[in-house]
Amino acid sequence: MMSVTDLLMAIRPLHVCIGPTGHITQVGKSFCKLGVGNPTGARFLEVFEIMRPTKPASMSELRGLAGQVLRLRLRAEPGLGLRGLVVDDQAQGAILDLSFGIAVVDAVQRFGLTARDFASSDLVMELLFLQEAKSSAMAASFSLNARLNGARLAAETDALTDGLTGLHNRRALDGALSRLGKSDTEYAILQMDLDRFKQVNDTLGHGVGDTVLKRVASILRSQTRQDDLLVRAGGDEFVIVCPGLTDHLRLTSLAAGLIRDISEPAKIDGQDVTIGASIGIAVSIKAERGDPASCVSRADVALYAAKRSGRGQHVFWSADMGDTLAELVLPVP
Amino acid sequence: MHGLIFRTLEAFISDAFGRDHWTLAVALADLPVTSFEAMLQYDATYFPKLLAACAQDLERAPSVILEDLGAYLITHQNHASVRRLMRFGGDTFSELLHSLDDLPGRTRLAVSGLELPQVHVRQPIPQHFTIHCSGTPTGFGHVLVGLLRAMSDDYGTLAVLDHCGVRDGAEVIEVQVIETAFADDRGFSLADSALAHSA
Repeated sequence: MMSVTDLLMAIRPLHVCIGPTGHITQVGKSFCKLGVGNPTGARFLEVFEIMRPTKPASMSELRGLAGQVLRLRLRAEPGLGLRGLVVDDQAQGAILDLSFGIAVVDAVQRFGLTARDFASSDLVMELLFLQEAKSSAMAASFSLNARLNGARLAAETDALTDGLTGLHNRRALDGALSRLGKSDTEYAILQMDLDRFKQVNDTLGHGVGDTVLKRVASILRSQTRQDDLLVRAGGDEFVIVCPGLTDHLRLTSLAAGLIRDISEPAKIDGQDVTIGASIGIAVSIKAERGDPASCVSRADVALYAAKRSGRGQHVFWSADMGDTLAELVLPVP
Repeated sequence: MHGLIFRTLEAFISDAFGRDHWTLAVALADLPVTSFEAMLQYDATYFPKLLAACAQDLERAPSVILEDLGAYLITHQNHASVRRLMRFGGDTFSELLHSLDDLPGRTRLAVSGLELPQVHVRQPIPQHFTIHCSGTPTGFGHVLVGLLRAMSDDYGTLAVLDHCGVRDGAEVIEVQVIETAFADDRGFSLADSALAHSA
């Protein structure tokens, strides 16, 4: 039968034998990889620091830990945690059988360890295999998720955008109104119709009509604030939602500016094109803040009133107009 | 069937022959999918259709395409992790062959849901190995031949590999290891994993 120390050398690459004086008498062959040289002859507690379960100060205290799992580290490599079992060698000394535990992945990177640095019965190769395989699979999963998320964002944006003008569409308007309905924010809604747009479309063609709509969109963008929601609700109908803006003077200046710029004669494809715009404005009323749909309906009533009173104008909704188009009392022309 | 299998075929055809050939193959196969994701599942009946379409478009036998695909997995830089995972099988090409029995198990550890045929390796006489693959996907033996041929190069080992067809429902591969130090070993270090991941 071979000696215990030879047996340990053959099968445990990370063991430490400690003599009765507390000095290291033998270490496993993988220690030379750990950057501490050969610690044989050095005092064990000067090379290693035991963290748990207690910090032994003497050899007898260390032997007292026999049978327990220790957590320790090399003083020269404090970042690398080790695990080990203490065995009393029955000759006033002790044997420690060490392993890296979960720190093995870092240890392999840090010290360039190979399969031969581990006991062949050790599952470390399976652990490392799994770690690499998992990283590759996770990378593939992340890349799939990133692509799917990109596609989802693009689809969401498309679903809320008017393809021709790049403004928001009616679906985006519904979402914004429902959010406004739940918040405490006051707001104004402007309903805008273009005047004489149908004639332009009919006489100069849809190409010119599309260009007119894009020009209107760019005027809307240049005159409104970042927070305002610009919507092409269909055909030549636009809706502007202005959160936090209820001041009549500022709304008047906004509406007048829009009508003025839109009414400027423009040259499109060599043709002189002149259109106009009418705007109806409704401002949320504190008590009724919860119902943005009625505010939209009132802006619609005001828009109708603006058109009836000669186009190219803006009109604020007032209570005498009624809440819906059906109630609108039209002045006798 | 696991998306990785489809994704690998797609990557191989696109990288080796060009994206146009993949587009053509998908059209020939008449599938509702034009590109595959590695981490999704697909209808297993797509695979034989796609392979037949690739064979028709490229005018080469399906077995040849599968063999080249195996080699591609080991040699192409986009799949450096596959080569590394194979090198976990052993320090020498012969050790790798002996570890192949574990291949389906290791693969399942790596990617749950990726089922490969059962592999059984015997070494009737020294330097001579017989590998049996039973189960789906059929044709996996050809992929394994290409993959092992590339791995023998990787180890610097000269070996002759032959796919001997199907016997008793299993694909049979004969391997003869001629010389173990025929060329330089490309080497394998456990510590290189960070490099492999960034690739």
